Amino acid sequence: MSLILTEEQVQLQDSANAFVADNWTVGELRKLRKDTGKGYPEALWQKAAELGWLAIPFAEEYGGLGLGFAELGVVLEELGRGLVVLPIVSSVVLGGGALRLGGTEDQKKAWLPKVCDGSALLTLASQETSRHDPYAVQTTATRQGNGYVLKGRKVLVPDGHAADAIVVVARTSGALGDRSGLTLFLVDPSAPDVKVHRNLLLDSRVAANVELNDVRVDASAVVGTVDQGADVLDQVLAEAAVALSADMLGGIQQTFEITLDYLKVREQFGAKIGSFQGLKHRAARWFCEKELSKSIVLQTLRALDEKAENALQLASVCKARVSDTARLSGKEGVQMHGGIGVTDEHDIGLFMKRGRVSEMLFGDAAFHRNRFAQMKGY
Amino acid sequence: MADVDSFRTEIRAWLAANCPPTCQGKSNVLPDMVWGGRRQTWPHPDAKLWFDRLVEKGFTVPTWPKAYGGAGISPAENKVLQEEMARIGTRSMLFNFGIGMLAPALMEFASEDQKRLHLNRTARGEIRWCQGYSEPGAGSDLASLRTSAVRDGDDYVINGQKIWTSDANVSDWIFCLVRTDPEAPKHLGISFLLFDMESPGVSTSPIELISGSSPFCQTFFDNVRVPVTQRVHTENRGWDVAKALLNHERTMLADGGRGSAAGAARKSLLQVARQAMGASEGRLPDAAMREELVQWEMDRLCYEATLKRTMDAAKAGKGMGPEGSMFKLYLSEMNQRGADLRQRIAGHEALVWTGDDCPADERQITREWLYGKASTILGGTSEIQLNIISKRVLGLPGD
Ligand SMILES: Cc1cc2nc3c(=O)[nH]c(=O)nc-3n(C[C@H](O)[C@H](O)[C@H](O)COP(=O)(O)OP(=O)(O)OC[C@H]3O[C@@H](n4cnc5c(N)ncnc54)[C@H](O)[C@@H]3O)c2cc1C
Repeated sequence: MSLILTEEQVQLQDSANAFVADNWTVGELRKLRKDTGKGYPEALWQKAAELGWLAIPFAEEYGGLGLGFAELGVVLEELGRGLVVLPIVSSVVLGGGALRLGGTEDQKKAWLPKVCDGSALLTLASQETSRHDPYAVQTTATRQGNGYVLKGRKVLVPDGHAADAIVVVARTSGALGDRSGLTLFLVDPSAPDVKVHRNLLLDSRVAANVELNDVRVDASAVVGTVDQGADVLDQVLAEAAVALSADMLGGIQQTFEITLDYLKVREQFGAKIGSFQGLKHRAARWFCEKELSKSIVLQTLRALDEKAENALQLASVCKARVSDTARLSGKEGVQMHGGIGVTDEHDIGLFMKRGRVSEMLFGDAAFHRNRFAQMKGY
Repeated sequence: MADVDSFRTEIRAWLAANCPPTCQGKSNVLPDMVWGGRRQTWPHPDAKLWFDRLVEKGFTVPTWPKAYGGAGISPAENKVLQEEMARIGTRSMLFNFGIGMLAPALMEFASEDQKRLHLNRTARGEIRWCQGYSEPGAGSDLASLRTSAVRDGDDYVINGQKIWTSDANVSDWIFCLVRTDPEAPKHLGISFLLFDMESPGVSTSPIELISGSSPFCQTFFDNVRVPVTQRVHTENRGWDVAKALLNHERTMLADGGRGSAAGAARKSLLQVARQAMGASEGRLPDAAMREELVQWEMDRLCYEATLKRTMDAAKAGKGMGPEGSMFKLYLSEMNQRGADLRQRIAGHEALVWTGDDCPADERQITREWLYGKASTILGGTSEIQLNIISKRVLGLPGD
């Protein structure tokens, strides 16, 4: 495993970089606040699909490119640098990932080609509690005839308002907090008795709360094995945490570079503010954290592709580290800009907001430290 | 690949024929590190025999050119060699400042004659080197050093004092920064000299550390005569050599302690924690301590990943340069934090300095905690590393 990009990956990076430069500015985020539709630029979604990005981790028989997270990470990092809003993590990694890992042949044939060409958007509804806690599932799925009845309420479902299908985590047995007894179901959000509430998040991305009011699904809607849903769920959430970390890494690097430039031009006391040791040393430490974050993201993306034994552990190391660094970046980026940093007019605040939401999605640093501790026997 | 495979076969055969059985596996008689020099002692004649055979083959410094005492093998071949030695549980033990710090600077700056002489002797373990940089008035601001060297015929005459000279009292030669032009701007009046610590006029006096050991000294020079031929690089341009050497020192420190047998044998923080606080429902009972331990372990993994990324980049010809300061900074602080945690976890037994009812392991923890305090000072303090990163990596303006 090498932690530097291959030639092909560098080309992919260049094309993602050009895509952002040609199609997007960070300022678009301010416009998205007023959007009441899908919440992302649909024309760009189409372009991303044409470039093959949505097909990256899927097998060729389902319309995929048969590549891996290393490649997806390259794209997400560049999009993250530009704070581009596209539901790639939702559709490709969460919803599409659940089917890729646990779906039946019929489910995969029905949905994955559409995920790959962007004609369908999938996502995952897992969270119910204030903070991420994947086994704290109260939503129930009760056996009835040839199917199940789902009842419960999901929160923070990424792009849930725009999804064509939602993979829902429900409890088929066991008690709240148990790892076993969870089952994944493919649910049609337009079905009667499904109510989707659209929430604009503080970073201009959209997530939904989803009410399931005795929703009937067929037994063929089960993704993976009944009661053993956590096997797929753990893997999907780990992959999402790592994919999101790549996006966050892009934001961290851009925040750092914008701030570093500012330190070199802004003058006070007749000197560039970057000459003050109080700021210099903080910038240098921030640089180290950024470099460490980059290394662990690159390593973990590759560990997922190689199905390394410690991949889930690394996923927690990765999300914890990158979440901490994102928080540091948001804080230092704004602080080192002074007054302009807390205005809506300046972009630096937009980076902080995006980092903040990502920090909490799929487990924050504290969650992943605890997770890692459990896996390692601490 | 075929080449590497045949090299492996060759190495296996050579090891089988040359490495004494006593120097293999767990029961080995090897010293942890061979510092070399006139004071080197051997715990067992087989260790000496093995060392001599390594020297003969150039395997103490395998990747150096043959003309300078190495084996002239490629990094890929060296990897095979190290793997094969590890496989039978043996090592090439030579370690000293001459190899990791001085030699790369000599390769860049020394004359051909100097290289042949000093590199060969270093590779053969004949010289233990010490570093004469710091002075009482010149620590972080190293370039303000005042030890003077005045030309007298074919010699320089050295007068002055160095301090914090690690192992000066047991070393054979010193690489030393001296001022040859007191009038010039401070960076432009320094020269880089090599000389024998047994030269008349050199004396040392050990300084005890808070950990109780005394690995470093004050070093005094009283009219020490050093032939001009022992100056490396141009007169008054010694700062170029000094800086390059500091970079190598940081790289060496960044890789610090890995691969040493003592390091590998130590208990992990988790093991110490389990022993000290037990477990409740399979977890360490103290949640706050657990969080700190995990944070440390995660930092370590991220650091290792960064080291690997840098090495991968170097293999692809993309060097990192002054980022070496990042590694020195991060590793020294991380190790210091690890030693601090280790002592807090171990608790009362790690507070005992001496006593007959306390395991040696725990006494060692205390000493490591104390010695760890030096790691963020030696080789350039953390604050100086931060200055270097902000100036040379980030390009921030000077103050
Ligand atoms: C165990 C050990 C082994 C050593 N071995 C050797 C050796 O073999 N050979 C050798 O030559 N030297 C050796 N040293 C010396 C070491 O390189 C110096 O101690 C170090 O460079 C710091 O210098 P100083 O002790 O004079 O501290 P000072 O430079 O006086 O520093 C005091 C404090 O001020 C801070 N400071 C200084 N300048 C700045 C600045 N510009 N900005 C912000 N903060 C600043 C420092 O970071 C430090 O916290 C060794 C030191 C130790 C502890």
